[in-house]
Amino acid sequence: MSNTPNTIHALNTIDLLPLTARGPLSSYIVGLVGQHPNEDTDLSPLRELVETAVAGNSSLTHDDDVQVSLFVLYGLHYGSLGGLGAEWEWNPELIAARGKLERAFEAELRALIPVPETPEPTRAAVAQALAVLTAVESGPSLSRFVAKKATPEQLQEFLIQRSIYTLREADPHSWAIPRLSGRPKAALVEIQADEYGDGRPERMHAEIFARTMRAMGLDSSYGHYIDVVPAITLASLNMMSMFGLNRRLRGAIVGHLAAFEMTSAIPNQMYGNGFRRHGHGESVTDYFDEHVEADAVHEQIAAHDLAGSLAEDEPALVADIMFGASACLTVDGWAGDHMLTSWTNEQSSLRSKDTL
Amino acid sequence: MSHDNPVTITPYTDGPLIVRGDFEILSSTGEPLPRNRKTVALCRCGVSAIKPYCDGTHKLVKFKANDDE
Repeated sequence: MSNTPNTIHALNTIDLLPLTARGPLSSYIVGLVGQHPNEDTDLSPLRELVETAVAGNSSLTHDDDVQVSLFVLYGLHYGSLGGLGAEWEWNPELIAARGKLERAFEAELRALIPVPETPEPTRAAVAQALAVLTAVESGPSLSRFVAKKATPEQLQEFLIQRSIYTLREADPHSWAIPRLSGRPKAALVEIQADEYGDGRPERMHAEIFARTMRAMGLDSSYGHYIDVVPAITLASLNMMSMFGLNRRLRGAIVGHLAAFEMTSAIPNQMYGNGFRRHGHGESVTDYFDEHVEADAVHEQIAAHDLAGSLAEDEPALVADIMFGASACLTVDGWAGDHMLTSWTNEQSSLRSKDTL
Repeated sequence: MSHDNPVTITPYTDGPLIVRGDFEILSSTGEPLPRNRKTVALCRCGVSAIKPYCDGTHKLVKFKANDDE
């Protein structure tokens, strides 16, 4: 039994993982992927831990243990765990555990997220339905707060919260490229090529964001701030990873990207204004200014050429396109509300500042 | 389709003109304008703050132009 996750901690690489477990399931998974797989490695506790984590749980989106677990399981595919865990990527028992967590997470999202009426499967109708959906203003806005009120410390927190996705910007949607074909695939590649700097590594959006973080005195290495962000921040990325990595959910990842791009250009102008208000120059605001121009292009391609064409090619996916779009707005709305509520109550939106 | 990468200009409903291909955008005095991406969106509602490029504000002024009708 010397190779069980519980006994090997002292010898393995677990300390190199950029995160700390938040409950029994994530403890087990973090312990596992921090060591090398071995024929004797006993994964029998995993199934029960997953069952216990999801049974009767109607708040998986805000469950720290579940969201950290999903984050680690997806991290095996992204390579976002400090490079560790590659040999675990296709372990059947971990894939089974992920599938079980995903089914529960997806069921919860489908129950909670308002799904708009399904439009006709035409480019024009789908683009129009997405425009209507994304035009709805839901309550006080995070971008207005950042533009007008955020303190220097809150601006840093904003970057920290955003870094979980943005330091890997575009990656979750790239999983969809080989899962699409024809016009929607070409449209997605057109957007993603721009996201990845179109051959210029220094213009990759994730890299521009990393420069913004460093210019604001933050650590831009991936994962540095995972331990301080709440479950909802991880849930936002985990949802994208789930949509992207499951071919049956390709409609949802397309809808997600469309809604993301369609609600980006104007807020990014306001985010940039928030940083300019505190005297920050281009080294900080480049990321936001780039997104005003880039996402004004991407949103057109995403709504018409990506989502619209996919709807025409695969009419059965229209409902999921709208679900994915609404999921983007709803879940990112929850994450934004968490920041807004914390800050209006003069509290930090982070879990603990120990690791900052 | 030729292999010369012809320039295409496509109007998007209630939005900008999307321009693809090998082209250059000049200022009114003939200077090349900075271009940060391969595919660009040109403002056609008149309110963009980063003209000639689109910044998405056509949505705030409810710009309407449906070229398919």
